[in-house]
Amino acid sequence: MEFLDGYIPHVIGGIAYGLLLFTVASGLTLAFGVADVLNLSHGSIFALGGYIAYALTDGTWTGLVLAVLAGTAAGALFGGGLSIAVAPLAKRGHLAQALLTFGIAMIVGHLLVIAFGSGEKRPTLPSELTQPVLFGGNYYAGYHLLFIVIAGMLAVIGWLVITRSKAGARVRAMVDDRQMVATLGTNPKLVLAGVLAVAGALAGLAGALGAPILGPSQGAANMVLMQSLIIVVLGGLGSVGGAFIAALVVGQVHTLGVALAPQWAPYLLFGAMAVALLIRKPPPLLLGGRA
Amino acid sequence: MTDSTRSLTTRLLDARLVGVLIIALLASMPFVVDAYTLSSLSEVLAMGLLAVSVAVMAGNAALPSLGQVAPYAVGMYTTVVLIRSGWTVGPVLLLASAAAAALFCLILGFAVVRTRGVVFLMLTLAIGELAYQVSQRWKSVTGGTDGSGRYDATQMFWGTEPMVKPESIYWYCLAVAVIVVLIVARLVSGTPGKLVRGIRDNEARMRADGHRVGHYLLGLYVGAGVVAGIGGSLMASSQRMVFPSDSNFNISALVLMAVVIGGAASLNGAIVGLGVVMLLRDWSNTAVAEHSPLVLGVLFIVVVYLLPGGFAGAASRIGLKAVP
Repeated sequence: MEFLDGYIPHVIGGIAYGLLLFTVASGLTLAFGVADVLNLSHGSIFALGGYIAYALTDGTWTGLVLAVLAGTAAGALFGGGLSIAVAPLAKRGHLAQALLTFGIAMIVGHLLVIAFGSGEKRPTLPSELTQPVLFGGNYYAGYHLLFIVIAGMLAVIGWLVITRSKAGARVRAMVDDRQMVATLGTNPKLVLAGVLAVAGALAGLAGALGAPILGPSQGAANMVLMQSLIIVVLGGLGSVGGAFIAALVVGQVHTLGVALAPQWAPYLLFGAMAVALLIRKPPPLLLGGRA
Repeated sequence: MTDSTRSLTTRLLDARLVGVLIIALLASMPFVVDAYTLSSLSEVLAMGLLAVSVAVMAGNAALPSLGQVAPYAVGMYTTVVLIRSGWTVGPVLLLASAAAAALFCLILGFAVVRTRGVVFLMLTLAIGELAYQVSQRWKSVTGGTDGSGRYDATQMFWGTEPMVKPESIYWYCLAVAVIVVLIVARLVSGTPGKLVRGIRDNEARMRADGHRVGHYLLGLYVGAGVVAGIGGSLMASSQRMVFPSDSNFNISALVLMAVVIGGAASLNGAIVGLGVVMLLRDWSNTAVAEHSPLVLGVLFIVVVYLLPGGFAGAASRIGLKAVP
């Protein structure tokens, strides 16, 4: 037990990182599952949120709250804009979307580097949050604990909205039968734009709120996108619940794996993804429209 | 039925004519351009094989890969390691690189060929990224981000002079690329190509007819990997110094876009498309220096919007149909 004890902070850190990834990946999987958009610029939205947090935080609680709200709003705008950008490509499939959003990611990523420099940036937190917290003989990063609480609450709220609310019912109906949704008097295009805005907002929020855990940089944007894609595939395309479990696993591999087997951690993720694909056939809906 | 046969025939005739012209033009390049351009052209030829590898899968099987840089990197570093240990003869390097890439694709292929559509795109993207991470970390082989450092020149055959001059290494790349493309074109127009296109057009029917769909696609994936691996070997031989960034995700995306520009089903088109993209990249590298990503990003967006069905519906042919 004493041997394991030393790893508990890593486990907690892994949960925090997993929830961070879940916030990003849930947006990616929503955009894909509901709006049918493969967004390779999702990592850039994360970085955008992070840079906004870096720019707006000044060590006060107001600054932190403001930064998180601004990051979320910027992400929502980005997502809403994306829904306009991909609209003309609706008939052209995912490859066109992938190329378009990759182009956008290149441009946004480059502009962010011009504006903020290429190094990793960290926001300035209120001093209460930078103190390590002593609990059961181990020190924990205070911000990680706060992040776990907030992100966990967000996950619960998100789950309630999707499963219990009218808006959530409309979104779920979009997956099942778009034309029926239109017939019943809801404009599917608005729902799609809304879903992409929410997806963007989630990435922007994760970027701003998660900046103390993973600071924004071009490398962070790429890594978050790659790990989110892995989570989306592991969890099952379009499944938010699956993404939640997958994100926690990936978070543990990322932090605990690095502590236990630093050489192997990056490969474990890809191995897990290959195994998941091997033991489970992808859902027929998403096979690319082929019978 | 006759329609599609006829269009295939015209396409092949076109390809042949264009091919001969391109080869003649390319072979005379050393008399026209300077050494630096020639070295860039050798690079284009090496990456042209990477584009061919992507185009073969995208065009015939509707499997657009973002991860062909992985077997490309395997071929590239196989050649680097062999040259460092004293094996500098071209055929040995090419065969070894092809074999290493084939083995690599054979192992991964079992997972890859089970996927279609977006999952295929994501899985291949992950494989490409994985290969890039390995090439960054495996410093004893790759030198990490510092690059491999300068190594010896390749010999065309046993006993010939090492190819240190840009024109000799360029002709070597051209000869290998032409041979590989001819073999690929032969395979694509023959039975293997027909079987794979059958899977693309109606997979359930092919299965019902008793075809071993998984085996065919594995064959395709390994074959495409061999082409990419040979491209990687040419890259290593022509540049004599390689970096992990020679096989990263940006390269994958660039090559895939080149294939879309060139028209997915046409091998020559893929190489021409790649030439256009590489030229633009090199131009923007000198003209606007550090803002090259901006130019390429804009290019991506322009291509997506302005080249839809115009290029023989290239996008719909390789692209995955949208989920209804």
